[in-house]
Amino acid sequence: MGARLTAALLTGRVAAEVSRRLGRGGGTVIAGHLVPRIDPAALTKVTGRLPLGSVIVSGTNGKTTTTRLISHLLGQAGLRALHNRAGANLVTGLVTAIVKQADLRGRPRADVGLFEVDEATVPAALLQIRPRAVLLTNLFRDQLDRYGEVHFVAGLWQQAFKTLPSDAALILNADDPLVADLGRERPQPPLYYGIGDPSVGISEPPHASDARLCGRCGTEYSYQIWFYGHLGHWACPACGLARPRPQVEAIGVTLRGDRGTDVRFRTPGGDFAARLALPGLYNVYNALAATACGLQLGLPLDTLRQGLESFTAAFGRLERITVGDRALFLALVKNPVGFTEVLRTVLAEQTTGPQARPETATPGRTLLIAINDHFADGTDVSWLWDVDFEGLQGRVATVVCAGTRAEDMAVRLKYALVPPQQIVIEPDPSRALDRALAVTPLGETLYVLPTYTAMLEVREVLQRAGHVRGFWQD
Amino acid sequence: MADDALTLVHLYPDLMNVYGDRGNIIALQRRCAWRGIELEVVPVSLGDRLPTTACDLIFFGGGQDREQEVVSPDFVSSKGAAVRELVEDGTVVLAVCGGYQLLGHTYTTVDGEELAGAGVFDVRSPPGPRRHIGNIVIQAELDGEPRTLVGFENHSGRTYLGSGCQPLGRVLTGSGNNGEDGTEGAVYRNAYGCYMHGSLLPKNPHLADHLIGRALRRRYGSAATLPPLDDTLEERAHQAVVRRAGKLGAVRSGAW
Repeated sequence: MGARLTAALLTGRVAAEVSRRLGRGGGTVIAGHLVPRIDPAALTKVTGRLPLGSVIVSGTNGKTTTTRLISHLLGQAGLRALHNRAGANLVTGLVTAIVKQADLRGRPRADVGLFEVDEATVPAALLQIRPRAVLLTNLFRDQLDRYGEVHFVAGLWQQAFKTLPSDAALILNADDPLVADLGRERPQPPLYYGIGDPSVGISEPPHASDARLCGRCGTEYSYQIWFYGHLGHWACPACGLARPRPQVEAIGVTLRGDRGTDVRFRTPGGDFAARLALPGLYNVYNALAATACGLQLGLPLDTLRQGLESFTAAFGRLERITVGDRALFLALVKNPVGFTEVLRTVLAEQTTGPQARPETATPGRTLLIAINDHFADGTDVSWLWDVDFEGLQGRVATVVCAGTRAEDMAVRLKYALVPPQQIVIEPDPSRALDRALAVTPLGETLYVLPTYTAMLEVREVLQRAGHVRGFWQD
Repeated sequence: MADDALTLVHLYPDLMNVYGDRGNIIALQRRCAWRGIELEVVPVSLGDRLPTTACDLIFFGGGQDREQEVVSPDFVSSKGAAVRELVEDGTVVLAVCGGYQLLGHTYTTVDGEELAGAGVFDVRSPPGPRRHIGNIVIQAELDGEPRTLVGFENHSGRTYLGSGCQPLGRVLTGSGNNGEDGTEGAVYRNAYGCYMHGSLLPKNPHLADHLIGRALRRRYGSAATLPPLDDTLEERAHQAVVRRAGKLGAVRSGAW
């Protein structure tokens, strides 16, 4: 009866082990290819045995950090999550996760399944994992060469939800009209989260928006306030479609630059305040998403607060590393909205809130921006022209441009009026890191902003130098 | 030159903006400013009228099918005739991807909806069986000189040229207009259409200056000249794409 599943899992385990011994970066996907050939239902069978069911997390930005955060919250509550790691978020990565975290009879060594899923993989994941909840963070244009336009992905998700059991919960970002609107045809009202503090918003529209027109009637949305990109307090003046009232809301937000964020949360179970180590408004959304998910899983408020405060970011997404007498701040960049927000965090003046300190008199920051155009990064670098680099003018001392598209990055900076003599082109990541560190003053921070594969390269350089661990060990 | 001023109309900047084409506006603005030429950018969107008396350049960028469906009727009914007249009068136009398609006779979306265009270019764009995605390098001729142009194409529409316009160039790497006849883009008088994102003008400063020069001469007479700029970084980026496109080889097709 279970022989086929056992054979599949055994094969997967052997493949993963062989691959690991051959040093193929942790063997994250080979097992995922082999297992379904032996038992196509392996993923469904194993996840079906999880006592508390499964949660699927998807969206353009924040899914890795949000998934890590939920896992951390579950850990605080003494619950064990079975989850896919290191951004292995296609079906193969999900299968690999069960191979590693179930015994050979297919019994999971965990209480809850927690799966970060690539946007285009959501339909397949929903068919194979019958989740108790689906959490969608946001939908931005990201790698148009790969996913297509945002409405295409929204349409995929809308279709895929028709396969969901009616009791499955949807956890949606109320501030993103593309995501919020996905809940309107569900039998059960979704659990919405959003930011309710207008003091951290912007009253000017962003120069480029991915969701300008009402999903129902095609009229241009009107916004009371924008937080970033097309996230904000939106409404359609024609048909009345509007931001749903979020049950989980950040009613007070104090951004403390790269030192973190203070957030006051309002939930159906009561209010609480937490000091997040994660910087930036985008991480307020990640914290809100994880909090909403924690509530859906029945975690107590006090556990949520403690977990939110003790969490530090997912690998490479956002890290602080000490390299000799200098600090290194590493943040992944992958699309216009995310990159613009990372720059806002890097340049943040620490002047808000009671903990504010006057900005130390730094003449200008040192940056290393590494842009690759491999498949996982997106092969089209046009999006760099939609990132607001204009704010760097007068606030950077040196920007080293690295990666396969170092020259494109350099031109973008020149047209953002960064003086050409402050721009260095050094495509090789190792040499670029050496040059950037050499011009970073002692005691100061080097800000390293790479695309996905460039981040892996930078980490490898840092790992060889003994500054960080290999990522599959975490 | 300090008194020189030009006006650029940016068509539907709020709707046709998803492929980073904003870089073209930035490039034109900076390259004018660096020479003491003031370039005023006038956004013109749904329901707006085209300022026809003071219009030296028009830019029309790429958008998603959904936005294109909203833009097409507005453009054809309230702006198409004005743009045609301006083009006949020598106004400089750069249109990329969706904007290029809407300056042709018709564009058909992936879902099969046929959208009308302004008919500035004698081209038609039916949908293709696959998407053309990848780096593109073409050989063009600017002011009588052979020059390469580099960019990134991402389109499912296939564009076919009629006899009323010339191709912008010949494809060296990539698909171009339709992946069949080796042509890319279209030129009619001072109007240029193409599929090249990237953004196009920052990495092709010679094309940017060609457009600015044409606009200047039309407004201020044939004596108007453009002092050269230091384009070291731009040229490096241009050459890097030529090498990269050659290395990565032919276009790959997308699944959507």
